[in-house]
Amino acid sequence: MVRLDGQGQGLIQVRGLDKVYRRGSEVIHVLQGLNLDVDAGEFVAFMGPSGSGKTTLLNLLGGLDRPSAGRIIVDGVDITRLSNSELARWRARHVGFVFQTFNLIPVLTAFQNVELPLLLTRLSRAERRQRVEAALRLVGLADRMKHYPRELSGGQEQRVAIARAIVTDPTFLLCDEPTGDLDRRSAEEILDLLVALHREFGKTILLVTHDMRAAERAPVVLHLDKGVLVEARGGVGV
Amino acid sequence: MTFGTLIWANLRRRKLRTLLTMASFGSALFLYGILRALHGALYGGVELASASRLVVINRVSLTQPLPQAYGEKIRRVPGVVAVTSANWFGGVYQDERNFFPQFAIEAETYRDMYPEFVIPDEQWQAFLRDRQGCVIGEATARRFGFQVGDRVVLRGTIFPGTWEFNVRAIYRGTRDLDDTTQFWFHREYLEERAGGWVRGMVGWYVVRVADPDRALEVARAIDARFANSPWETKTEPEQAFTASFVKQMGNVQFLILTVGAVVFATLLLVTGNTMAMAVRERTGELGVLKTLGFTDTNLLLLVEAEILVQALIGGGLGVLAAGAVVPGLSRAIPGMIFHLSLPEVVSGVLLALGVGGVAGLLPALSAARLSVAAALRRV
Repeated sequence: MVRLDGQGQGLIQVRGLDKVYRRGSEVIHVLQGLNLDVDAGEFVAFMGPSGSGKTTLLNLLGGLDRPSAGRIIVDGVDITRLSNSELARWRARHVGFVFQTFNLIPVLTAFQNVELPLLLTRLSRAERRQRVEAALRLVGLADRMKHYPRELSGGQEQRVAIARAIVTDPTFLLCDEPTGDLDRRSAEEILDLLVALHREFGKTILLVTHDMRAAERAPVVLHLDKGVLVEARGGVGV
Repeated sequence: MTFGTLIWANLRRRKLRTLLTMASFGSALFLYGILRALHGALYGGVELASASRLVVINRVSLTQPLPQAYGEKIRRVPGVVAVTSANWFGGVYQDERNFFPQFAIEAETYRDMYPEFVIPDEQWQAFLRDRQGCVIGEATARRFGFQVGDRVVLRGTIFPGTWEFNVRAIYRGTRDLDDTTQFWFHREYLEERAGGWVRGMVGWYVVRVADPDRALEVARAIDARFANSPWETKTEPEQAFTASFVKQMGNVQFLILTVGAVVFATLLLVTGNTMAMAVRERTGELGVLKTLGFTDTNLLLLVEAEILVQALIGGGLGVLAAGAVVPGLSRAIPGMIFHLSLPEVVSGVLLALGVGGVAGLLPALSAARLSVAAALRRV
């Protein structure tokens, strides 16, 4: 279930979230007193015009940025109180990121890119290999392991990025415009993959997009405008 | 994959830049190696000089002789345990470029004065028996292919004429920088052939004292013994005597230090700038690493490791190249012994790592302090 009233006990609990940017004397309120609860296994799409704060919200939920006020509690941990290094370790364990521009490391092969987050774990080389191969098989790129990003199509790059995001089996996935740089067909493939991850593996996915077709694939769609979240479609509880 | 793979992959990203950075370290460390060897060649004698030996010369100048009769008087000065003497010969072997120092020595006492030089007993005895015999250091013997039994002909400059010698012994040093370029022969032979002013006169005395801590006291006693005589003496520790030769070339040590400091300061700035550029170019990627859970410390170490690898490889190759060139310098510059010891090689590599570490510090800190959100906006 997804709630906006701040009364839920979901996997992700956002309470009174403010984000303010200052540009000289100008104060910009990007997010204002935002409340959100997302249960485990939900697939939520965030929509909104450019500059509405979608990416800012995603960055805050992923522990990439710090709020001006409010709390974000994930699986019982208030991530706004974590130090930088604690937050980094938390990200490694709990969040899988998928970006619009794929953000693969160009000098590493697909296999190495997917293995990258596992370097921070205590897994043995054999265990890492097993996990990477499983993740690449899942995204349909078992035959492209030794390819460098420049040798892959945009869709394949994004699938590698998804494999990298899921290889640590994170608590939830944050996808920021994952189809924004792809052609229609590749975008559909990526969305199919995300839906499969949600349906078959019960992954919690938060997707930021302004592509209606992408948003339609999520059971719940929330609209963000002027720093405030409102329900657009789906089953938002009260 | 390991962190090493990641570091190596990043270094291969811009091969030319990596090669040039390594070459910067390499050339700086090559120069370091050559300067260390030059310093050793110039000051090695000073460092190796015995604390228990004094050199007695004519107070006016080293070129002025002292009476042979002084030897016995010096031997009687309290604190003196041994005395020997020598004369500078200044001969030319075939060509003036073939320089090596030649001394007419007091054969009975000279060998005992320099225990650091090793001569096989049978060769030394053969030398003592042959008035025309000579002893050659192994560096000079190797340089000209001299062997025991060979005949060597020198052209005298101070003592004109053709001087023929029989090679009876070859000495070697026990330490890396021991001077094995010298050529010794009997002073009796010099006196016989040259006659004139050299008869009964020596160039300098070398004195061994019983207690090195009292060497200056003994030196003052020797000079006092001959004060107000026609041949006043100037006695100083061997170290000071050797150093005075080097000083004649000016403050070479300062020059070496200055050149070295400028080279390493430049290396610091160039590599620091290069790493800063590398980090700036990869801001987005570093941001991605942070999103994956790499901590500030991980990134700091990653960037530092990249420059340290370049410093290690480049600097190591540079100092090894210097080590390969140094023996050739000894052959090219007669009379100077160039040597690069293992501790000097190791200290060179550590120096490169130190410079690399400092040069990489600011870029590494900027990578560590990177705001993830800001970095991702630059992807």
